[in-house]
Amino acid sequence: MNIKELEEKSKAYRKKILKYIYNAKAGHTGGSLSIIDILNVLYNKVLNVSPENFNSPEKDIYIQSKGHCVEALYVVLADKGFFPEDDLLTLCQYQSPYIGHPTKKIKGMEQNTGGLGHGLSICCGSALAAKKDQSDVKVYTVLGDGEMAEGSNWEAFMFAAHYKLDNLCAILDYNKLQITAPNADVMGLEPLDKKLEAFGWAVRHVDGNDVESLVNTFDALPFEAGKPSFIIAHTTKGKGVSYMENVLKWHHGVPTAEQYELALADIDG
Amino acid sequence: MGQEITNIPKGVGLANLEVFASTLESLAQADKTVFAVTSDSRGSGKLVAFGQKLPEQIVEVGIAEQNLVGVATGLASMRKKVFAVSPACFLTARALEQIKNDVCYSDNPVKLIGISAGVSYGALGSTHHSLHDYAVLRAINNITIIAPADNFETAEAIRQAAAMDSPVYLRFGKKNMPEKIEEVEHATSFEVGKGRVVKEGSDLTFIATGEAVWPCLKAAQKLAEEHQISATVVSMHTIKPLDQRLILQLASQNTPIITVEEHSVYGGLGEAVGSVLLQNGCHNKFKIVGLPDEHTVSGSQGEIFEHYGISEKGLTQSALNILG
Ligand SMILES: Cc1ncc(C[n+]2csc(CCOP(=O)(O)OP(=O)(O)O)c2C)c(N)n1
Repeated sequence: MNIKELEEKSKAYRKKILKYIYNAKAGHTGGSLSIIDILNVLYNKVLNVSPENFNSPEKDIYIQSKGHCVEALYVVLADKGFFPEDDLLTLCQYQSPYIGHPTKKIKGMEQNTGGLGHGLSICCGSALAAKKDQSDVKVYTVLGDGEMAEGSNWEAFMFAAHYKLDNLCAILDYNKLQITAPNADVMGLEPLDKKLEAFGWAVRHVDGNDVESLVNTFDALPFEAGKPSFIIAHTTKGKGVSYMENVLKWHHGVPTAEQYELALADIDG
Repeated sequence: MGQEITNIPKGVGLANLEVFASTLESLAQADKTVFAVTSDSRGSGKLVAFGQKLPEQIVEVGIAEQNLVGVATGLASMRKKVFAVSPACFLTARALEQIKNDVCYSDNPVKLIGISAGVSYGALGSTHHSLHDYAVLRAINNITIIAPADNFETAEAIRQAAAMDSPVYLRFGKKNMPEKIEEVEHATSFEVGKGRVVKEGSDLTFIATGEAVWPCLKAAQKLAEEHQISATVVSMHTIKPLDQRLILQLASQNTPIITVEEHSVYGGLGEAVGSVLLQNGCHNKFKIVGLPDEHTVSGSQGEIFEHYGISEKGLTQSALNILG
């Protein structure tokens, strides 16, 4: 898939995220729009994962630590053929397996996440197991910037460097907002690259809403042999829908009919 | 000074902890997919020898219990048979959300080993006691909870847990315990989810778990010798799923039931047994012996047991009281 095609995919995914959130009248809109380009590149360019090989020990692993942005993951997994896209019309409905966070009930999902600060530790265990097995399995996770305040992440940062897990890559969806306010006001993260480097990680910055830059960055993995890789992906919460971009209330805001139409036109335009 | 809870002659039994460690080591020798994960706890978990003999099968996470359970989850998801070993107090409080979400909810078959459980750490105090673990874990779906009473049950529990494809929590202490607590004619066997009747009697029943079983047997012996009272003693090693059938069978004798555990009287074995009794219309006289809802008295495990009546003397008295 070339860059142009990936860009078209991102547009289509954005519209689908909105469609299913609008239909369900629930979902994490802003964060799903901010991570979708990362998931697009991961699933269409990077990960060795498909419905066919999902049960194979050789496939790669993606665990979404910021589980609340599950709508983005649903849309991509449906596109990759893990389940019929129409299933998503049941999102968040009574007895639907398509709930508001990832669960293993859905093919393509590795673990049940949703409590923040869990994914990276699990990835560490999986990456270590892959090393022990001398397999080529690579392990990826996406973290939220607000989520970075969870202490368990920092336990895992220490562990990954200690065990030289260069088959592990953590991507930060650095959209600079969380629920209450900007991270910088809630609990500042900076200087983040220096912190992670000091923790023994190889760190790179990227425009996390630019698929070409993402492709190039993932191509360079591992950034340094013997070190886990950390991608600080600078993103925009609500990306692609101008009235949602950088506006706190779209964390889990649901558009009205009128706003929904406006959003679709914006993405196309 | 309180008395020690046991006076087992040296060499008669080991600490369940040591039996755990040697059993795990033999499992790991035979199966390269068996892993121990420790949080600066390999010394207290008696796993130093394991680490020397099988360095590729032990993973140290440092003093980071949340990461301990997360890493164990990741390893288990990659088809390893993982034993996460940490003091019960830290494992089931500090890492409770990881147990709930990563192990139980995500259905990863991690074996959680709570060492030096209950009040084993004695005078180190309540930071080091785990009197809440049955209560919190009973309320979490998809986990088996086991507290072996003796060396025999410990070895069997570890072997059976290793073969189970689901989450298990096992806890035990570090005091020497008998090789096998048993005062019945036939040899008893161990099966997860089935209580073990270690002594048969007709006047009342002790249903106990973990290291509280041994003082119950002592009390039962004393009751027989000094008061002509014959007590049944059950090792209810599996707290969840609970052996309802055995409880109801014991209740049908219409004699008093006393539950005994090294845990808060809230939310543990006693309340679980009480719930089975009441919901099945059983109105046996009933008493829960455990740690009351107060700041725990200071002292050794033996002294704390004595203080709260989890002892030969205290349980003999409880039996006499309930029989009126
Ligand atoms: C342990 C835990 N605490 C709190 C929450 C509730 N919560 C869900 S999303 C969120 C904000 C997350 O912020 P961030 O990581 O920046 O994600 P984004 O803003 O990109 O959606 C919070 C507090 C949670 N899911 N887990």
